[in-house]
Amino acid sequence: MSDDALVQVRGLVKHFPITRGIVIQRKVGAVQAVDGVSFDVRRGETLGLVGETGCGKSTTARLIMRLLEPTSGEVRFDGQDITSLKGARLKAIRRDMQMIFQDPYSSLNPRKTVGATIGQPFTIHGLNSGKNERKRAVQELMETVGLNPEHYNRYPHEFSGGQRQRIGVARALALKPKLLIADEPVSALDVSIQAQVLNLLRDMQRELGLTLVFIAHDLSVVRHMCDRVAVMYLGRIAEIGPSDALYGLPRHPYTGALLAAVPVADPSARTGERQLLSGDVPSPANPPQACRFHTRCPKAQERCSIDDPVLEDKGTGTRAACHFPLSREEVAGMGVRSAR
Amino acid sequence: MSAQEPLLRVEDLRVEFSTEDGIVHAVDGITYEVAPGRTLGIVGESGSGKTVASLTTLGLTRTQGARVSGRILFEGRDLVALSEAKLRAIRGNDIAMVFQDPLSSLHPFFKVGAQLIEALRAHREVSKQQARARAIELLGLVGIPDPRRRVDEYPHEFSGGMRQRAMIAMALANEPKLLIADEPTTALDVTVQAQILALLERLQRELGMAIVIITHDLGVVAEMADDIAVMYAGRIVETASAELIFGGPEHPYTWGLLRSIPTLDGSREADLVPIPGTPPSLIQRPSGCHFHPRCPYAQPSHARIDPQLRPVPDQPSHHVACLLEVDVRRRLWAELHAGRTPEEAIAAVGVTEEPQ
Repeated sequence: MSDDALVQVRGLVKHFPITRGIVIQRKVGAVQAVDGVSFDVRRGETLGLVGETGCGKSTTARLIMRLLEPTSGEVRFDGQDITSLKGARLKAIRRDMQMIFQDPYSSLNPRKTVGATIGQPFTIHGLNSGKNERKRAVQELMETVGLNPEHYNRYPHEFSGGQRQRIGVARALALKPKLLIADEPVSALDVSIQAQVLNLLRDMQRELGLTLVFIAHDLSVVRHMCDRVAVMYLGRIAEIGPSDALYGLPRHPYTGALLAAVPVADPSARTGERQLLSGDVPSPANPPQACRFHTRCPKAQERCSIDDPVLEDKGTGTRAACHFPLSREEVAGMGVRSAR
Repeated sequence: MSAQEPLLRVEDLRVEFSTEDGIVHAVDGITYEVAPGRTLGIVGESGSGKTVASLTTLGLTRTQGARVSGRILFEGRDLVALSEAKLRAIRGNDIAMVFQDPLSSLHPFFKVGAQLIEALRAHREVSKQQARARAIELLGLVGIPDPRRRVDEYPHEFSGGMRQRAMIAMALANEPKLLIADEPTTALDVTVQAQILALLERLQRELGMAIVIITHDLGVVAEMADDIAVMYAGRIVETASAELIFGGPEHPYTWGLLRSIPTLDGSREADLVPIPGTPPSLIQRPSGCHFHPRCPYAQPSHARIDPQLRPVPDQPSHHVACLLEVDVRRRLWAELHAGRTPEEAIAAVGVTEEPQ
């Protein structure tokens, strides 16, 4: 198992300090953005990270990329512990991991031509240094992602949102990375354009054998894209498993509630009363004790506020962190559209 | 549709803005109506004119130099012709609006309660104490816990979902007959979205108000709307009951929207079918059918002829603006619905020009 894991995350923790005072800053607390997360990303798979705002999915991605320093825990990439890498060795590893960001408007430098933006990774890593060589490499990339190579000298503002996201994909693919992390790559795009970018990512992944970590809040999109899915809640993984198992029979009540909340584009399937979660996600600066979900969980009992559940195999394909996992009948009663 | 007298009837509404680059035809002759207690969903992408159309209903595009023509009849009165003072008496009173981003729609300097009280006292002669009691009642009605304490908090102390609830409370303050909700859940998480949609439905049942919900999310309209209007490039290209739009859509753009979204129970293997190209500029619109450059079924004449919104022969409540023949459309949709690509559907059906 561990042999075919490209990324191994073990006990990853990231706390952001909350400070008071301007001259003398003292720490008054911590936002527990990621709080003890372990999972593998297998070679060639697409792993989805889903969850609501503040669940720590983007922070987890940034920790894997080493854009953030973890508070504790370990990230192994291709067998190597990258948690404490610095300087040249970190740079060498970064060649193999690239990221696509949510907002195609703010993630491209408006003063740089598309050619320069896509070619920038070559400059950083000293590749394709000949002028013509670079231009050819960039134009090849543009063609791969469905951009017109003649637009090499254009600026980002001359492109639509979907085309800009293609530029972001081309830039990320320039160094032929092993790992691609896409953080909400389509949520800023119009509905008709989203499918273009999703299809592109799927094609690229198949053709180049990429390993993809796909972060999104849209559960239908994640199901479409991902082989396995990890559901996060308040800095922890609530449930993880193959897409078919997780969508077909969610075991964690949070997974069930998320799936039941997805509006379905079919008026004939309009269900009368759905089981809705009450309230909002608690603050990650002061998360509930023990099971983080117990304050909103319809199945919570006394044990849930005392005894922290561990992520364990529930016998239906997924691992869930729950003392009282959902049964098939309960899932059916919640109106989960993907339930089997 | 409904035999009832419509609460709102929009007739041939046009809204244009003059810019340095030319005239933006944001809304280009749309007609629709909403009966009391009913929900109309307006679906479209950015730049389709759906937001401008509803802002104009409340006269909120007047300050931006919009040129408005057509009629907006609310209970028989034409809002386009109304003076600003008379419109102000209706706005926030008989017609209220909920916007997409609750953080920028609430004033950050004032307590939530004070803003609610202001909304109440703008239209009713009530004392501050009475207004405050009503504000607390409204916050409770929209499901804000501990409204007595929350009424004295500032917007930043509310979470995103609670801010949207507060916005809805403010919109409901004077028990409007019509609520216009512009992407009311787009900024919210999916579990909170489900709460807000359920809240809107409950309040509609209890208060009997009509709702116009504007969204790009087909799932949201499928959950909420009785009738749906699909907008593209400033026009309504298809309108019908929700059941007909989802069960037997007639416009290639509607097909494109339906086929380009992944669903929770669809095949995971099949690729999505995107709509090629990008939405057009509203300054330099395509000739003929505005959708023809992106339409896989477009014929040469579609670049010349501008289709009108016309009833579908056997479904008088179902209107569509498409130049394809009706039986060709239906055979195409049957193929698409069975999972074929547009190319396969064209090959199977054979698309021909409608005789003129």
